[in-house]
Amino acid sequence: MADTQNLRRIIATDCGSTTTKAILIEYVDGEYRQTVRGEAPTTVEQPLNDVTRGVVNAVTELQELAQLKYNDPTIKFTDGDTLFVGKENGIDAYVSTSSAGGGLQMMVTGVVAKMTGESAERAALGAGAIVMDLIASNDKRANYEKIERIRALRPDMILMAGGVDGGTTKHVAEMAELVGAADPKPRLGSSYKLPVIYAGNNKAVDAIEETLKAKTDLIITDNLRPTLERENLGPARDKIHDLFMEHVMAQAPGYNKLMSWAMGPVDGKMKQIPIMPTPAAVGNIMQTIARENDIEVLGVDIGGATTDVFSVFTEDKIFNRTVSANLGMSYSISNVLATAGLDNILRWVPFDIDESGLRNMIKNKMIRPTTIPQKFKELVLEQAIANEALRYAFIQHKEFAVSLKGGQKQREISDAFAQTSSGNSIVDMMTLDLLVGSGGVLSHAPRRNQTAMLLINAFLPEGVTRMAVDSIFMMPQLGVLAEISPKAATEVFEKDCLIYLGSCVAPVGKIKPGKIALSADIKLPNGKTFKEDIPFGEIRMIPLGVGETAKATLTPGRGLDLGVGKNQVLETELHGGVVGLILDTRGRRPFLLPVEASERVPLLLKWMKELQAYPEELLK
Amino acid sequence: MAQAYSAGLTVTKSIVLRKDRILPLKGKVLVKKGDKVKAEDLVAETKLPGKVVPFNMANKLGVQANMVTQFLKVKAGDEIKAGQVMAQTKGFFGFFKTGIKSPIDGEIESISKITGQMLLREPRIPVQVKAFLEGIVVEVIENEGVIIENKSAYVQGIFGIAGETTGEIMVLAKNGSEVIKASQVDESCKGKLIVTGAMVTLDVIRKCQEIGVNGIISGGVDDRDLKELLGYDIGVAITGHEDIGVTIVVTEGFGEIKMADATFDLLKEFDGKKASMHGKTQIRAGVMRPEIIIPIPFEGEKLVAEEAKMATLEIGSTIRVIREPNFGHIAKITGLPEKLTKVESETLVRILEAELSNGEKVILPRANVEVIEM
Repeated sequence: MADTQNLRRIIATDCGSTTTKAILIEYVDGEYRQTVRGEAPTTVEQPLNDVTRGVVNAVTELQELAQLKYNDPTIKFTDGDTLFVGKENGIDAYVSTSSAGGGLQMMVTGVVAKMTGESAERAALGAGAIVMDLIASNDKRANYEKIERIRALRPDMILMAGGVDGGTTKHVAEMAELVGAADPKPRLGSSYKLPVIYAGNNKAVDAIEETLKAKTDLIITDNLRPTLERENLGPARDKIHDLFMEHVMAQAPGYNKLMSWAMGPVDGKMKQIPIMPTPAAVGNIMQTIARENDIEVLGVDIGGATTDVFSVFTEDKIFNRTVSANLGMSYSISNVLATAGLDNILRWVPFDIDESGLRNMIKNKMIRPTTIPQKFKELVLEQAIANEALRYAFIQHKEFAVSLKGGQKQREISDAFAQTSSGNSIVDMMTLDLLVGSGGVLSHAPRRNQTAMLLINAFLPEGVTRMAVDSIFMMPQLGVLAEISPKAATEVFEKDCLIYLGSCVAPVGKIKPGKIALSADIKLPNGKTFKEDIPFGEIRMIPLGVGETAKATLTPGRGLDLGVGKNQVLETELHGGVVGLILDTRGRRPFLLPVEASERVPLLLKWMKELQAYPEELLK
Repeated sequence: MAQAYSAGLTVTKSIVLRKDRILPLKGKVLVKKGDKVKAEDLVAETKLPGKVVPFNMANKLGVQANMVTQFLKVKAGDEIKAGQVMAQTKGFFGFFKTGIKSPIDGEIESISKITGQMLLREPRIPVQVKAFLEGIVVEVIENEGVIIENKSAYVQGIFGIAGETTGEIMVLAKNGSEVIKASQVDESCKGKLIVTGAMVTLDVIRKCQEIGVNGIISGGVDDRDLKELLGYDIGVAITGHEDIGVTIVVTEGFGEIKMADATFDLLKEFDGKKASMHGKTQIRAGVMRPEIIIPIPFEGEKLVAEEAKMATLEIGSTIRVIREPNFGHIAKITGLPEKLTKVESETLVRILEAELSNGEKVILPRANVEVIEM
């Protein structure tokens, strides 16, 4: 492992589909800190068609800023062509993640969609892939439709699962025949065979090899669902990462050069550090936080093309990740409109806008994804769209993050073909400890209060929940940095990455408007006490700074619950942040917004004012 | 920093273009290096594998999967005709034999002993690649396709619909601000690539479809019209496959937006000349923008493709505003202050100072402009 002697300056980049973000991490005064950051448009497209141009541009900005900061013109990270890794006055290590060029796109197959299919999907998502489709023996499509679909998809690789070890081989062999018949071609170029990872029933390996070995680049690994009760996703995930480097990255423009730059000291020697898919790196860091602090965490990263949701729930710290491939704020913004519908977006907007104007605005953002809202109304609209993108991505996550299906029941796979019921979602907003937001629209919101508002409206946290934002979205870089220096990654994470917004208190249940929903008695560190019986349908914001805590006695209204049972008083310590404490009595399960604009708009304005989300004069 | 990088769309009177014309699968290249080709000429062709039809023979025969081969009259790789007997049951003392017939013309792809399933494949589908670009074949990629080079006037659009087409340019609008009416589209527009000004309305598009106009070049298009035209909302910007009988290239964006003078004047200059265009747009994963290519004759001179470079924002550069306010306006950069500046939305951004063509002085986030290359 690298030590602080030979790892004093590290550059980490994240090559996103829109922007390449670079951060400089330095070992200063006995600790690692993130010191400067730079960014530049990603350059995987024509005319440059070379991802390293964007990297060099972003690093050049870092270099200029570092020279200014230290008033030292000899600091040299790049000469405009290459990076100075391991050179004097240069950098000691360079690491990178990438989601440019559409990231890693996979197709997965299983026998029973809700069992091995879902496990395969979990393995692919956990490895940072976008799952283009799940094809299963029981997914109700006719075989010829499946073949057509496989052929049309052109994924970067296929992960095949199916059957428990030693079980029946017929269905998984049939799936291999369908894949073989489709003879799928890889997305990037036809000069190599499509990688196919088989992680299913070990008894079927011969049959799979016979069908697929000649046509594809077949890799056999351990069954990811060796028994119905157990998932074993590690080996399949590792294989996906290896192939991502060898095949996908190697095909993308400029990546060979980028891979040769990514290196750092490992056990005293300079070694290449694999480029990680961005979501895999974020997953890495999220799991580290949950484990180290023994908490349940829910994280979201809303990007231009996709929205990723990560969660670590239950005592066993079960990690789940979902990618809502077509919910994003630039390339996919138009699909948010198509998915959520105009009314769902406009219900968060406290002013009138004509449909045609909004449609054209959304489409213009789609075709020119790097533009930013200059006008106040455009900002409010973008945040309303973000609210819906986040909400839908979370719905998809809850549906996916479930307990293993099919386990602990004495029955054969073939019996399970008929099963329609699914496992229960393990996402429990009441037990959630920390909600973390990241991605441009959350990290770069002009006011942190807007970020808090978006997180609350989209995720509807229950009981008491802390909220944070990844200030400049450096979680991907820290996730990959953890591969060479967990110390540097954790130190920077704790000191520079997360900005705590504060805590949200929200009683669950519904009562009539006007009735008391929450009686709060909060002793603030400045000696003052906040005491109020808050009626249903309100929001209160109480300043409580970063690092500060307040002792609170919280009494829910009749029939409501704060996590310790209906009508039960909660004595707790609340954590502050840059926004403070938010007491939200607007109801949970259900949370309802009035349909009529004449009723809804005054409420929205009241809540936005209370949250100081926007300049008050502009809300008039 | 006195300059910054900015994405921009190319509009130029003369550019050396190189285009790959590659088959989706390996096949045969029909031209050789040095050949002069016209846009409609075929340069390569191949045959795509036909559709696969799964056929569960074990079920049809009523036998175990591993016994299927005993009854087969065909083997993998054999050509078959619809109605041809592929397998026959043994019957009862040689009588009452049942023949299982092929449902299609094609060939036997595979026979599985594990599942008892046969995969039948329909005949191959021919695919042809045209030159699209009038020019010279400068490279032949064996069995895959060719690279064609030419000198052209060239306009990159921001968004398009439908695939490749060719035709003569016909400018209908008087200037880039005009919105033409459906009545202006008549029989004389048939087979042409018409230029419509600031916007193309649904009425005009419908009229173009009716008359048989090949292409429409417009400053803007209304998203509601597009939804009506296609019958669905475009979710993710991957276009070019639409089958609507006419190709549309939008040069500025959605809504009514004046076509930039540089673009309009260039198209006007080449009024009546033959051009190639396509609407293929892909805004992520291998970005593609729609193009209008107008070949310019050249003799003997050696074509040298300019090295790709990124447009830079410099004082004096001509820019186009690509977001409200002043969306669509053309301006000249007058200042590039380094300090981050708070705009109305309270976003802290790098800005630039510019003078609009009407003389108004504005400040704009640098992210909200693009350089127009001339």
